[in-house]
Amino acid sequence: MTVLAQVPTGSGQPPPTPPAARSGRHRLLPYLLLLPGAAWLLVFFGVPLVQLAAASLYDPSGSLSTGYALTWAFGNYPDVLQAYWPQFLRSFGYAGIALVLALLLGYPLAYAIAQKAGRWKNLLLVCVIAPMFTSFLVRTLAWKTILSDNGALVGLLRDVHLLAPDGRLLATPFAVVLGLTYNFLPFLVLPLYASLERLDHRLLEAASDLYASPVQAFRRVTLPLSMPGLVAGTLLFFIPASGDYINAELLGTPNEYMIGNVIDSAFLVRLDYPQGAALSFLLMAAILAVVFGYLRRAGTEEVL
Amino acid sequence: MTRETPAGDLRLANLTKRFGIFTAVDDLSLTVPQGSFFALLGASGCGKTTTLRMIAGLEEPTGGQVLLGDRDIARLRPYKRPVNTVFQSYALFPHLNIFENVAFGLRRRGIRSVDDEVMRMLSLVQLDDYGSRRPAQLSGGQQQRVALARALINRPQVLLLDEPLGALDLKLRRQMQIELKRIQTEVGITFVHVTHDQEEAMTMADTVAVMNAGRIEQLGAPADIYEFPATAFVANFLGQSNLLAGEAAGTAGGEVAVTAHGARFSVPAGRARSDRGLVHLGVRPEKLHLVGSADQVPAGHQHVTGVVTDASYVGVSTQYLLRTGWGTELSVFTANSGAATQVPVGSEAVAYWDARHAFLLSRDAADSDRTAPVVDEPVGASS
Repeated sequence: MTVLAQVPTGSGQPPPTPPAARSGRHRLLPYLLLLPGAAWLLVFFGVPLVQLAAASLYDPSGSLSTGYALTWAFGNYPDVLQAYWPQFLRSFGYAGIALVLALLLGYPLAYAIAQKAGRWKNLLLVCVIAPMFTSFLVRTLAWKTILSDNGALVGLLRDVHLLAPDGRLLATPFAVVLGLTYNFLPFLVLPLYASLERLDHRLLEAASDLYASPVQAFRRVTLPLSMPGLVAGTLLFFIPASGDYINAELLGTPNEYMIGNVIDSAFLVRLDYPQGAALSFLLMAAILAVVFGYLRRAGTEEVL
Repeated sequence: MTRETPAGDLRLANLTKRFGIFTAVDDLSLTVPQGSFFALLGASGCGKTTTLRMIAGLEEPTGGQVLLGDRDIARLRPYKRPVNTVFQSYALFPHLNIFENVAFGLRRRGIRSVDDEVMRMLSLVQLDDYGSRRPAQLSGGQQQRVALARALINRPQVLLLDEPLGALDLKLRRQMQIELKRIQTEVGITFVHVTHDQEEAMTMADTVAVMNAGRIEQLGAPADIYEFPATAFVANFLGQSNLLAGEAAGTAGGEVAVTAHGARFSVPAGRARSDRGLVHLGVRPEKLHLVGSADQVPAGHQHVTGVVTDASYVGVSTQYLLRTGWGTELSVFTANSGAATQVPVGSEAVAYWDARHAFLLSRDAADSDRTAPVVDEPVGASS
């Protein structure tokens, strides 16, 4: 162990700051910096959240005109779940399918931009982000035009018999999933790109030198090292996608409505606040459950 | 350690690598005997790392063969070659602990029970208790040894080392050189070591190949190359030499007569790479001895007179610069053995040497005296 004994054990600790230099003002500074954000969060998230929680427990027989009474009506929750469980399942089903499609598109895309694009890297990144410069609504409406029954795409697909003569794309589950995939893809690609960009190419050379075929090298080196980006990307994709209502509204029919559409109509059409609030809370709880389950499986609790 | 794969020497035959118009490795041919410790020595950009990467399969040759025994492996994918590499940057997998880093190669070949073998390797590199740590928790020297264990555990036919000690400080580097040499003797695997550190190459290798501009300038045992370099480049890359520009007049009676800067010298014919025409007369600085006047020069020795312009005391020796009558500064190293007294700067002195310690190299017409060592500077796109 002669060699070991003389191996330096790191750069050593920096000299401790003298206690006098850390005055009360310096210790308070981080909290002062937190203050504006915390106040914002309290006013625009904390208070409404409590308000929403209260609304979800209002007496369901009330209405906006007659006024609501807080009767701790916990029965609102089983009621809405019973009435709208198909929309819940559909939300997570559509978001899940869209996530799989987005991964199949997004991982190779992020990998190519990060590792192979060379001097085109920045241009390609701009291309990924560029659609975000137009409004979410406008982009979805554009898909409505592309997929429309007398559009070129449907015509072509009918001509090559990929679509029945009376078949359509718009107002189908396919259109809604396509819209979700398209609209949230950048949220998946950007974090993935960030972690693949840091991937040291020499590690892949080392893996190859150590008998790993390209497939094994991907599974054992590239994939685990891109895990933080993958986890962040899937969450950033899945959470807004499962709560979305624009895509189902514009590209689907009531048969494709997701839970977001039900909440939207509860608040703005039917004016049934207790129901809308209870659905909102159930959606939040369901997403949190999915996210925690996922993070546990992905083994990256430190992301939280 | 038993050998699992058929034995064989590593042979490079007319190996060439071009990047666009830049030729990194130029028609290289050499043989590395099985079980030897071979060093490729050269400055940055001389093509030594490219050569190594072609043996590893990380770079495809433009032409030529890489033979292991009788098998040409030059076009095999890297993961199909019985060759492993210790990378300059170590390239340890940051998401795996030390145990899994070392086990990586075995697992990829479908070997299930790796525990015994991994523990044996970790103990070989003296890291027995480090299996559960992550690479980032280890010092540079420890990481270097993990990289070595990770490659050695596969019992490759050839182990490639790409400047593995470059990132370590001097003291640790010396220790690791001795360690590496010990391990190589122990496992008996062919080591091909790439380095730009001539001392490292000489300490460790059985055979050294000095590379320059994609070609091998000289290949041989370290002592042979040092004592009798083949070219002016080698003479000043492997250590330092005083090279005086002169002209040789052919061999007579086992001696070659040389005229340099108006003085006449002679060199034994066996020490002459060239015995006619333009030559460099070379003498190593430590083969020169300083005395106060020409009549103190022992019989049968050659000498040059000059003025001492600099004296650097470096502990084990004193390094003098002696400015000759024609203006060239010769390096003279005197061992600090207590026998010689210090020569003051500014005084006149005579440097003498035994003719059997001099050597003659052929010289281009444009070349004059060369006494400075070749400094390691990047010259090409690839090192």
